[in-house]
Amino acid sequence: MSAFVTHFSFEFRTGVRNKTLLLMNYLFPLGFYLMMGFVMPAINPLFLASLIPAMVVFAILAATLLGIPDPLVNARETGIFRSYKINGVPASSILIIPALTTMLHLVIVTVIITATAPLLFGAPLPENWPNYVLVFAALAIACSGLGVLIGVISSSTRMTVLWSQLVFIPSMLLGGLMIPYNMLPDAVAKISQLLPATHAMNAFSALAMGREADFAPWGSVILLLFSGALAFVLAIYLFSWDSRNATRRGHPLLGLLVLVPYAAGILLLA
Amino acid sequence: MNDSVIEARNFRKTYGDFVAVDDISFDVKQGEIFGLLGPNGAGKTSTLESLEGLRAPDGGTLRVADVDPTREPRKLRNLIGVQLQSSGLPESITPDEAMKFFCAYHSVAPRFDLLERLGLNEKRKAQFHELSTGQQRRLSLALAVAHNPPVLFLDEPTAGLDVASRVELHDLMHELQVTGATIILATHDMAEAEEMSDRVAILLKGKLATTGTPMEITAAGAGLTKVSVRTAESSLSDPGLTFPAVSQQASQDEYSIYFSTDIGPTVSAIIAHIEVQEDTLIDLRVERPSLEDRFLEITSTESSNTGGAP
Repeated sequence: MSAFVTHFSFEFRTGVRNKTLLLMNYLFPLGFYLMMGFVMPAINPLFLASLIPAMVVFAILAATLLGIPDPLVNARETGIFRSYKINGVPASSILIIPALTTMLHLVIVTVIITATAPLLFGAPLPENWPNYVLVFAALAIACSGLGVLIGVISSSTRMTVLWSQLVFIPSMLLGGLMIPYNMLPDAVAKISQLLPATHAMNAFSALAMGREADFAPWGSVILLLFSGALAFVLAIYLFSWDSRNATRRGHPLLGLLVLVPYAAGILLLA
Repeated sequence: MNDSVIEARNFRKTYGDFVAVDDISFDVKQGEIFGLLGPNGAGKTSTLESLEGLRAPDGGTLRVADVDPTREPRKLRNLIGVQLQSSGLPESITPDEAMKFFCAYHSVAPRFDLLERLGLNEKRKAQFHELSTGQQRRLSLALAVAHNPPVLFLDEPTAGLDVASRVELHDLMHELQVTGATIILATHDMAEAEEMSDRVAILLKGKLATTGTPMEITAAGAGLTKVSVRTAESSLSDPGLTFPAVSQQASQDEYSIYFSTDIGPTVSAIIAHIEVQEDTLIDLRVERPSLEDRFLEITSTESSNTGGAP
């Protein structure tokens, strides 16, 4: 327990001390939130209704997909994991603790957004707080798992950028943050169900904000939790301690299995 | 009774078709400082990493403190301390945090006294990337010994250290040895290996070229002993003079220098000559071949033997 607490405490401080992580955990999400809060309602007043969930989803996407993978790749490249292995730090701690500390940073950012959005922009608060917390947790788990998995399967930081942006940019465009799901063409809407952001926005709207669901909202929550757990399992299975040691238990492309629940969701959730 | 703490038996490590270590065997006894020497690519790192449990052998067996490093990695963790050649620490971690972090995983109390001892007291709150190379290496060493492991692996421990830190490190190594710790020292610094090691092994192209005490290894070579002599009247300056067992001679800074294959007859004959010439001996220095000389001899012989190999 002492080792876990010490490790967690160090990782949490790193999230503020490291300039890149500080940017991804706080500055980028909060800066974007302020910009969107001031600009978007003026262009599209309907956006105000989804401002809080959309900005929370954005914060989670930025901190997890853009913040988690790079430090993992760098640590593997610079021999930090070798040093951890020699000193008995388990792979599960290496992968799960950064995800947990990122979630804690996200709780802080979410509280800031939720508390200030009504005051600054007149955005409506969630109607169902327990469901709001539940959907937040489900998306944080799903995206943290995805971030960790990207860090594990990427052979370099360039590949990290590629994989992360492959999820991040479509999430921004099609995930319901900017354009509502029901305004997307049918085929595109189906494809957007491959993204965690789409399910999170659907679940936030129906379960927390008291609006209509685009498709089964509880299915979205279950899918997010299941895909998050699957991502962590795949990450631990595919984890490599050392970039010089090519021995892995499976090919990195096995990581794409994380898409299976989302693909199943397209067929099962209506 | 077998008092070997480290055993390698027919150890082999390959990477695809490349054979990094080819069927080597050696033992390290408890309390020994064992030097692992060899040029780049000789197989030192593969051997060390396999002993540390970072890589699995492709043949033979390894035992460290009676533990199989590959099959019993959890047991191994508290039995070994490793100072890695690369940094191995996150950029933003401070020496204090690193000490707490690793000691927590070894379930021991943090050894902040080691940071003070190794001259890191003023840098305890500095981030790792703010430390000099020498400070980073000293921190790495402090972390390696903090849980009092019975076996210590040091990879180029004094690279980048100033003289005072180097002496401090050597003192610490001797102290650990006195407490019964076994130390594997991988180094390119032959003087350090000769000074610190009880025994050394020289690896060449994945094979064990030789093993023994530094004295045994240097004595086994064809190296010549250098005899430098200076006299008041320069009675040795005649280049035509010959002495027994001298194969080469030269002069430098008023010294006559002789390279001898058998030091006894050479020195006796030189002194006799000085007395006959009624000259006065001012200085006489005898320098045995060093481990570095012997190492160069072994590596050059190996290169010439395999020069035509693909």
